[in-house]
Amino acid sequence: MAGPRHISVSEPSRPVLPRHAKLRYDETRQVWVILAPERVLAPDEIAVEVLQLCDGERSVGDISDQLAAKYAAPREAILTDVIAMLQDLADKGFLTEAREKTP
Amino acid sequence: MSDLLGNPTIPPDASDSLAVLEKQRSTAETFGIPLAVLLEITHRCPLQCPYCSNPVELDRAGKELTTEEWKKVLSELAEIGVLQVHFSGGEPTARKDLVELVKHASDAGLYTNLITSAVLLTREKLSDLADAGLCHVQISFQGTEQGLSDRVAGYKGAHGKKLEVAKWTRELDLPLTVNAVMHRQNLHQLPDIIQMAVDLDADRLEVANVQYYGWALKNRAALMPTVAQLDECTRIVEEARERLKGTLAIDYVVPDYYALRPKKCMGGWGRQFFNISPAGKVLPCHAAESITGLEFESVRSNHSIAWIWQNSDAFNRYRGTGWMKEPCKSCEFREIDFGGCRCQAFALTGDAANTDPACALSPLHETIFKQAEREAEGETSRFLYRNFAGGTLESE
Repeated sequence: MAGPRHISVSEPSRPVLPRHAKLRYDETRQVWVILAPERVLAPDEIAVEVLQLCDGERSVGDISDQLAAKYAAPREAILTDVIAMLQDLADKGFLTEAREKTP
Repeated sequence: MSDLLGNPTIPPDASDSLAVLEKQRSTAETFGIPLAVLLEITHRCPLQCPYCSNPVELDRAGKELTTEEWKKVLSELAEIGVLQVHFSGGEPTARKDLVELVKHASDAGLYTNLITSAVLLTREKLSDLADAGLCHVQISFQGTEQGLSDRVAGYKGAHGKKLEVAKWTRELDLPLTVNAVMHRQNLHQLPDIIQMAVDLDADRLEVANVQYYGWALKNRAALMPTVAQLDECTRIVEEARERLKGTLAIDYVVPDYYALRPKKCMGGWGRQFFNISPAGKVLPCHAAESITGLEFESVRSNHSIAWIWQNSDAFNRYRGTGWMKEPCKSCEFREIDFGGCRCQAFALTGDAANTDPACALSPLHETIFKQAEREAEGETSRFLYRNFAGGTLESE
C-alpha cells in the first residue's frame, strides 16, 4: 500500500508523488501537467519547481532552504508557501510521504 | 505559490497553483486536441446490464481493430497531444492483448485508466497490467449485495468477483474508483454503496444516475427513479461528500429528465472529447452512432485522427452554435450548454438539431417529464438485457 491516505505536510515531511500522479511536460501545449485519475492539473512554474524536488528524500525544510537560496527570498515565507501548495495537492489525494526506511 | 515569483505562467485563478487544465482549455483553446480519449476496444462483455452505454447495434469481434491497429492509434494519440486514455468497452479485459496495449500506451507516455466490470480479471492479469504501467482502475458495481447486483448485471457471481478484484487493486497499490450506476431499482442501496467504497479503500466514487439513450432508453420504464428518490439521492451524496472529505471523492451525475436545464453534453459536441469505437470509428460521443444520417470517419481511413477531429463532417455538424434552431438559436444559454445532448434530442424528437427535451425550453419537455414520472410510478421492473442479439427480456 502507498503511504497514509490523509497526510499532513510539515517541515520534516518528505513528500513524493504517488504512482498514480505523474508530473510531465506536455510538449503539445508547452505546459507542465500533473496527470491523475480523471484529472489533468496545471501546476504553476514554482509548483513545478517544488514538485521536481519532491523525491521522497528531501524534506519540506530542505526544499525551502534550496528555494530560499535560489531566489534570495525569506525562508519562512517560502516554507509557508511550499507547505500550503503541497497540502493542497495532498488534500486532492495526489501527494504521499516516503515511509521510514526499515533497517 | 504565485507570491514567490509573482508571475504564475498560467493564471486561470490567481490563488490556485494547481488549476484543473480542462477548465482553462474550455475557453482558451476551444478545438484543441482533447486531453483524454475514451477507447472502446471491444463491445464484447460477459455482463448484460440493461443500461449499457454501448449502442444497441454492437460491433462484433470480427470488426474490431487488430492489436497493431490499436498500437498505431495509441502512438498517434500521444503524438498529437492526448495525455490520458481510458481503456473501456464492452469489457476491455475480454481482449487478450490488453496488457500489450497498456504497455504500448505507457511507453508512449500516455496515462492509462482501465474501466472494467472486473469479472474476467485474475490477480495475475491485474498484476501484469500494473507492471505494464496501468495508472488507475475503475470497477463498476451494480449494487451492494449479490442478489440485486447479479440480477442487474445478468451474470451470476459478478458481485463477489468485483469485491475480490477491488481488493487486489488496492493490494497492488493501484488507485481505485468505484463506479455505481444508479436507477430506481438500486437507489435504496446508495448509503451502503458509499460505505462499500470506503471499505474497499477506493479514492473516488462515481454515483452516476442512468442516462437514457440506447439500451437504457429501451429499459426506461424499469429504471427511471421517482423525483422523491432522486431528491433523497442528492441529499445522501451531499452529506457523504462533506463527511468523507479527504477520504473519498464523490462525483455525482443526475438524470437530466428531472432537470430544468440540459447538461452540457460532452462539454459541447466536438469541443473537448472524442472516443474510438471497437471498429475504429472516431466519434464525438459514445452514443453518436445512434444518430442516423451521420457518417463517421475511421482510423482505418487515409485521414489522421487530428484531421478527423478538426475537419470531418460529423464533428463539424453540431459544433459551435451555427447549426441551432429555435429556441436554442436565440437563447442566452446557447454557449453554456450548447443545447444539451444531440443523441437524446435525436432519440426523443427525431432530429439531433432540435433542443434536447431535457431543457425546460423545449416544447417537448413537459410531455417527456410527465412520461418519466408515470414510468417511475409504474409496475414495470423486468429488464431487457443487453446482448448482441438485440436484447433478451428477463424471465418472470
